[in-house]
Amino acid sequence: MARYGMVIDTLRCVGCMDCVVACKTENSVPEGYNRDWIAYDTRGKFPDLRMEIRSERCNHCDTPPCVSCCPCGASHVHERGGVVLVHHEKCSGCKACIAACPYDARFIHPEGYADKCTFCVHRVEEGLDPACVAVCPTHCMHFGDLDDPNSAVTRLLQSRRNHPLLPEAGTEPRVYYLT
Amino acid sequence: MRELTLTRNNPMIDPSLHIWGWEVPVYLFLGGMVAGMMIITGYFIARGRHRESDCSCALLPLIGIVLLSVGMLALFLDLEYKVHAWRMYATFQPASPMSWGSWILLLVYPVLIASILIRPPAWLARRVSAVTRWSERIHRSPSLPRAIGVASIALGIMLGIYTGVLLGAFGARPLWNSPLLGPLFLLSGLSSAAALVHMIARDVAERELLAKADISFLTAELAVIGLYLIGLVTSTRAHIEAAGMILSGPYAPAFWVFVIGIGIAIPLAVQTLAVRHRVAHTPVAPVLVILGGLMLRFVIVSAGQASHWLRSAGLH
Repeated sequence: MARYGMVIDTLRCVGCMDCVVACKTENSVPEGYNRDWIAYDTRGKFPDLRMEIRSERCNHCDTPPCVSCCPCGASHVHERGGVVLVHHEKCSGCKACIAACPYDARFIHPEGYADKCTFCVHRVEEGLDPACVAVCPTHCMHFGDLDDPNSAVTRLLQSRRNHPLLPEAGTEPRVYYLT
Repeated sequence: MRELTLTRNNPMIDPSLHIWGWEVPVYLFLGGMVAGMMIITGYFIARGRHRESDCSCALLPLIGIVLLSVGMLALFLDLEYKVHAWRMYATFQPASPMSWGSWILLLVYPVLIASILIRPPAWLARRVSAVTRWSERIHRSPSLPRAIGVASIALGIMLGIYTGVLLGAFGARPLWNSPLLGPLFLLSGLSSAAALVHMIARDVAERELLAKADISFLTAELAVIGLYLIGLVTSTRAHIEAAGMILSGPYAPAFWVFVIGIGIAIPLAVQTLAVRHRVAHTPVAPVLVILGGLMLRFVIVSAGQASHWLRSAGLH
């Protein structure tokens, strides 16, 4: 089984938010809600400052606490690439999955169920990239199988310095940032 | 200097998590208190002392059903997709404390009803003839009342611990991420339940016994709070900062004044004097204990949602 993941080049990302707009359009994300977003992370002491711009979303963790805590079995790991998804028709809106996510990547859809990034699995099943990856004007986002040694994402992770977000939370996230 | 700006502004998530309002703390408090009531009732029944106990056996199970139903109503009100509430009973997810809780709650009701039948209140037996009939049937079996008492204790422990494990299992919220929340909420539930008996029991011996028990529960609760905080402040930076929120941060006034001071220290002192017959038994201490139990859930639920892992990954 494939293990889908994302690699995002922070040296190329300019924070244009095309990925955010593409996601909202592709997935009809309601007004006022976001499945993906931009983080501007600045560190240092003036004038020696460094800024990292990141496109962030659900990390589709290998050990997803949002799945194990779900009392209804609505949160689940999809057979396609191990993508973490929510069966909307099974969700009771208890919000346990939201509390369990260290990335605060989930939210309650106005209709009442928990919602989040799906890695655009409906597009991936048709051989397309997720909408955010497809529209990126700087080509800073890459999507593919992390278990395939020949995939673009694996080669990038082998050749470039990178980090996931909050590895100390122990959820084994699958979105990596090249630095 | 570190500055992190997100373009995300999802309702209930940003700027800090606030998914659970008053409903969940109220449910956790009432669930814990009913758990304590079941353990106390079970103790009297299992030891065959239900005839001596006016309050613990004749009233507590009945009050327990009402309080648990109010708590479950609060839980239902918290659900965002209410018509799907039944989905929790369409499956059992062994890794989910909430799933365990749903099924435990379903088992609690028949045990509470059976406990009522062990020693039904006279007014209930007068009005509903079936109550007397079923009560006689239970007492015809020599071992059944004891089995009901043991089941009441076992389910009470499970219910009380689950309310803490529910939060403790969330590794993403450092303040909650402690196995001690289970015993803490169980002890708090026991102390609130004992306080209720202390307040409403008419039998002097029963009142004295539960007042003494409450002193033990409150002392143990204080010790577990201490261990819980030691566990946090000796852990990662995220856990240390989480502990700081209740020790000296925005939740500190509520924690020190209402949970520790009014909820534990003052009633502990008053009840100790009362059982030594230095002051009279009054409802003051029990009311403070119950109020402190409620405030404990509010402080832990609110501060826990605001606690988070430091977003330390980033520039390397």
